[in-house]
Amino acid sequence: MAETAVQEKEPLLAFGKNEQKLLSDPLNDNNPITVQVLGICSALAVTSLVVPSVVMSIAVVFVCAFSSLFTSLLRNYIPKQVRMIVQLVIIASLVTVVELTLQFLNYPIYKQLSVYIGLIITNCIVMGRLEAFAMANKPWRSFLDGVGNGLGYGAILIMVALIRELFGKGSLFAGSGIEMKIIGASTDYFINTQTNTWFAWYANNNLMVLPAAAMFIIGIFIWIQRSYNTKLVDIS
Amino acid sequence: MNTTRYVLVFVLALTAIVAVLLTSLREATKVQAQLNEEIFEKRAILKAVQDHLGENVEVDNLSDDEVLKIFNGSVEQKVLDMDGSEIDGMAAEDVDMAKEKKKPEEERVLPLFIYSPEGSEDNFYIVSVRGNGLWDEIWGNIAFESDLNTITGATFDHKGETPGLGAEIKDNPTFAKNFKGTKIYKDGAYVSVEVKKGGAQDETHQVDGISGATVTADGVSEMLYRGIKYYEPYFEKARSK
Repeated sequence: MAETAVQEKEPLLAFGKNEQKLLSDPLNDNNPITVQVLGICSALAVTSLVVPSVVMSIAVVFVCAFSSLFTSLLRNYIPKQVRMIVQLVIIASLVTVVELTLQFLNYPIYKQLSVYIGLIITNCIVMGRLEAFAMANKPWRSFLDGVGNGLGYGAILIMVALIRELFGKGSLFAGSGIEMKIIGASTDYFINTQTNTWFAWYANNNLMVLPAAAMFIIGIFIWIQRSYNTKLVDIS
Repeated sequence: MNTTRYVLVFVLALTAIVAVLLTSLREATKVQAQLNEEIFEKRAILKAVQDHLGENVEVDNLSDDEVLKIFNGSVEQKVLDMDGSEIDGMAAEDVDMAKEKKKPEEERVLPLFIYSPEGSEDNFYIVSVRGNGLWDEIWGNIAFESDLNTITGATFDHKGETPGLGAEIKDNPTFAKNFKGTKIYKDGAYVSVEVKKGGAQDETHQVDGISGATVTADGVSEMLYRGIKYYEPYFEKARSK
């Protein structure tokens, strides 16, 4: 074990270039949604409104980060034959922790999100990072990788939700304290907000409310990202 | 490769640790979580009589204590059987509508909340209904005026309807507001209130549907028709008094 002792000289919570890359890579070059095309199911399902998307993103960052941390701590003890089941136990426990905490702290939000929170267990990004990274890396780096991928997922989620809510409902942040009507004169969502909208002629696009719209938007994101980040284009 | 023995020990130990941790967390948060749930439900019931709570009283802005205070002070609870007779010794808030829905119709019990504002002769009757939406169950509280015909307010909730579509029955305040003033009897016959795709033509017995949420809207119509009908025997008795 002499060699490992030499390597461990670096501080436990080092934050150098490599660690920064762990956080920044998933935001662009290795984005879980637009590059790895994982976690699409929930990205289509929850993004019709901004507020649920934000809470979902926070929950995924939490679950992704801590499941990576715990998996990495246990990585040398987890029997290879049952490693995926063990990972699933860790993920499911953390999701339960999120659910119980929400029930305790803010019951209305829990009621609004309970279905999605449960869906985190089936989010491929979480398990994908455990298999691809946490099983082979040290705890601190795995934790950062989890945070980075959670953020990369959340960034796309919130961007898609902003577009869908704006064009599908003409509003932003509906359901929170700062909800606002931005475009369109349609009164079917907010009462008495006919005034002070900008493009009063705009009629809400119902396609944007449907999950199919998220598919198109994510497709366009992938197109844009690849047109300026040419190293992502698969030439083979 | 690990031995079978190691795998078994590892998995059992991990499961045991996780089970203990999660159970302790659940136990530690249980009391508060149950209280949160109780207040959440009472808030939904009071919201059905929002217009009669008093000037400038918004259920959403009331503190938890204020909700409990109104509920304990001005709401009478009754539990009815399917013949419309009161069952003694039961509180309406203890009736679990999800469990009642699974029982055969004739064995169910019905919760009834009667709200009497302070310093007023009026009584408002709040009934609970439960049915099926597109993905999962939907439910609601419907408040009637003393004539037991005119709806004065309604709240809806759901377990898993699509956000932006079916979930609008809860999220869109206009949907529930449209029920105010509708009547469940037409020329003396029970017709309930229908959620009408394409917009209400008869505003006394229909309300506007939600685009893209036809199945959920039909579920609401069906839930109201059936759910309110259960209370009819009691309504007959109360009216003839």
